[in-house]
Amino acid sequence: MKKTGAQIVIDAMLKEGVDTAFGILGGAMLPVFDVLYDAPLRFILTRHEQGAAHMADGYARATGKVGVCMATSGPGATNLVTGIATANMDSVPIVAITGQVFTTMIGNDAFQEADVTGITRPITKHNYLVKDVKELPRIMKEAFHIARTGRPGPVLIDIPKDVQIAETEYKYPKNVEMRTYKPTYSGHPQQIKRAAEAIHQAKKPIIYAGGGVIISGAAKELAELAKKANIPTATTLLGLGGFPETDRLSLGMLGMHGTRYANYAIMESDLIIAIGARFDDRVTGKLDEFAPHAKIIHIDIDPSSISKNVRVDIPIVGDVQNVLRELNKLVRKGQYAPWHKKIREWKRKFPLTYEDNGELKPQFVVEEIYKATRGEAIICTEVGQNQMWAAQFYQYTKPRTLLSSGGLGTMGYGFPAAIGAQIGCPDRIVFDIAGDGSFQMNIQELATAAINKVPVKVAILNNGYLGMVRQWQELFYKKRYSHTSLAGGPDFVKVAEAYGAVGIRVEKKGGVRPAIKKALSIKKPVVIDFHVELEENVFPMVPAGKAVNQMIGGMA
Amino acid sequence: MKHTISALVENRSGVLAHISTLFSARGFNIDSLAVGETDDPAVSKMTIVLDADERILEQVVKQLRKLIDVIKVQDLTGQNFIDRELVLVKINATPATRSEIMQTVDIFRAKIVDAKPRSLTVELTGDADKINGFLELVGEFGIKDIVRTGKIAMARGNK
Ligand SMILES: Cc1cc2nc3c(=O)[nH]c(=O)nc-3n(C[C@H](O)[C@H](O)[C@H](O)COP(=O)(O)OP(=O)(O)OC[C@H]3O[C@@H](n4cnc5c(N)ncnc54)[C@H](O)[C@@H]3O)c2cc1C
Ligand SMILES: Cc1ncc(C[n+]2csc(CCOP(=O)(O)OP(=O)(O)O)c2C)c(N)n1
Ligand SMILES: [Mg+2]
Repeated sequence: MKKTGAQIVIDAMLKEGVDTAFGILGGAMLPVFDVLYDAPLRFILTRHEQGAAHMADGYARATGKVGVCMATSGPGATNLVTGIATANMDSVPIVAITGQVFTTMIGNDAFQEADVTGITRPITKHNYLVKDVKELPRIMKEAFHIARTGRPGPVLIDIPKDVQIAETEYKYPKNVEMRTYKPTYSGHPQQIKRAAEAIHQAKKPIIYAGGGVIISGAAKELAELAKKANIPTATTLLGLGGFPETDRLSLGMLGMHGTRYANYAIMESDLIIAIGARFDDRVTGKLDEFAPHAKIIHIDIDPSSISKNVRVDIPIVGDVQNVLRELNKLVRKGQYAPWHKKIREWKRKFPLTYEDNGELKPQFVVEEIYKATRGEAIICTEVGQNQMWAAQFYQYTKPRTLLSSGGLGTMGYGFPAAIGAQIGCPDRIVFDIAGDGSFQMNIQELATAAINKVPVKVAILNNGYLGMVRQWQELFYKKRYSHTSLAGGPDFVKVAEAYGAVGIRVEKKGGVRPAIKKALSIKKPVVIDFHVELEENVFPMVPAGKAVNQMIGGMA
Repeated sequence: MKHTISALVENRSGVLAHISTLFSARGFNIDSLAVGETDDPAVSKMTIVLDADERILEQVVKQLRKLIDVIKVQDLTGQNFIDRELVLVKINATPATRSEIMQTVDIFRAKIVDAKPRSLTVELTGDADKINGFLELVGEFGIKDIVRTGKIAMARGNK
């Protein structure tokens, strides 16, 4: 059957199971949007393309499916860039479809032309400029395949307007045929055997679990390994929810703002079992001093993650779930009694805590959200102190319940991601734990949430500052608060109302619980503006360039 | 240490850009990169020479393999391989030096491809040692211009 390029794009999306897409159109996308007009697909018109990219990302992280965003050529496409880079750093499967000027005009500085494949090359897993409509079916098929398989990531397809208009004989390919792209899913049996032996020989083993556990859907297998082998388990920011924090084996988050006991444990361990984690510098601290006594097992689907930052003794390339299933068959119950005793001691001496002086503390707000949602909500975060408090004071027990921009640290991520997550999971409670600075970076999406009746809740931990940066100025720049004050910011309650959402202000500790309860009872987007203590800091903390057991602050 | 990497890639527009973007984005410094079609017009072969320690080299190879358009990557260093480079050099030539230059050309089995009253242009192929040796000798006469293709390399043997 003959179809136009535009029809092929939409048909391919439907065949790939896409039910929702996010974006903004423009001249170079008119043909595609004309087909979209009566396609059985929910399209969410956002107010900024960055919002669309983060929504696709939040949708993908919450559901595990591929998120789709669409934009027109030139400025539409360049507005997607931050969202694509965010997804790329955190291995999130999204497909971005952009319009491009006519093939005959490419390279001529045509109206609204930008070299989008050039710009996005280093921030996508792969990208395509479609020059011939005949290639479009194959490219659509490959793009979705590449985005969701192996180490997931964003794929961009740039489609000139004439290619959208052109017709071709169309049949959607059943299979992908790529000689170059074949991710390794099953781990090498010999390496898995070596790993099991190393576990049996260890005296102070620790599991360091990352985002790869969640991506792989391997929370169950991870819990089985930890329990069967009796190994304390810490997760990264992106691994939170991959292992229940309520479990006695949990060490919570490790790294710069992780728990003292997780960091002490990793520094003293003699065996690190790294599972779908990439030894980010926020986790390792000073590299030369990282875990000096430890042998390292590293399970990762991406060979380039292995031995990138630290030398690995037993590399296992493969999918976490596959590898753990095999490994779990081999491991025996471990004893490690003195090790567990030591860790219990650290946990008792150095719990995560904050000074409760009766004021409205941001940590308290997070704890109350945890209680009110019984740990069942999907929590999105912005970036900064709010993000770290959300990581520290909410207890994550299930995968895909914390969506946070870890690798790129994108302010403005959380709110649109929450909208995407809520659209993907309409029956869940979705909270964006926000900062007053970050929220303002994509605040326009209040319109998207209100108009589409997306009942997300935004909890602004309003400290009147670009708080995380202020904290660094306080600690390392003699309190010279150069341009970090947000004082005089907008009245968030009025802003919310102006957009058709509900706004609630909370200034006292006692108001926190009722406000959250009220927000949860309203089937609309709600913004709660918590006026928290202005100069509260995130502790404990590893100062830059220090080993991760050199933590400051946060002592009871 | 110098490493020679051979990569088989899809012959599509954008592939070279992908690879060079990768090198610059990750701060890998390359000495040379040569690329051309193979017997299969859909596939090109690249030879990349770079100076790197083992750890960086491992990342380079892994990152290259990760690119969707890259079919195969091989580190030839330490293996038995043949490498060649082609150079064109324009050398200052006076009546007094002309014959000496021509002798050097003979010794290296190079070829004179252009002769002008004040210069000789020489074509030379060979491995790095041969080319460097030649350039050192003719350098004394003064080099007016030079262009090198970058190294191409192939493993020896039946495979
Ligand atoms: C202000 C701020 C503070 C931060 N502080 C901390 C902190 O204190 N602690 C902390 O941990 N982080 C912190 N981060 C986040 C940090 O920057 C990194 O994003 C994070 O540590 C990376 O997590 P990860 O190692 O789990 O890697 P991810 O980025 O989640 O990578 C996942 C890894 O798993 C692999 N993988 C993917 N799928 C599979 C599969 N199916 N099978 C096997 N492997 C797979 C990938 O190849 C990759 O190597 C902070 C970020 C910000 C912005
Ligand atoms: C887009 C972007 N710009 C700048 C930064 C640098 N930065 C990191 S945290 C932060 C402050 C965030 O302020 P706010 O959202 O109010 O959060 P708080 O730390 O106060 O909780 C800034 C500016 C960033 N991460 N992202
Ligand atoms: Mg703030």
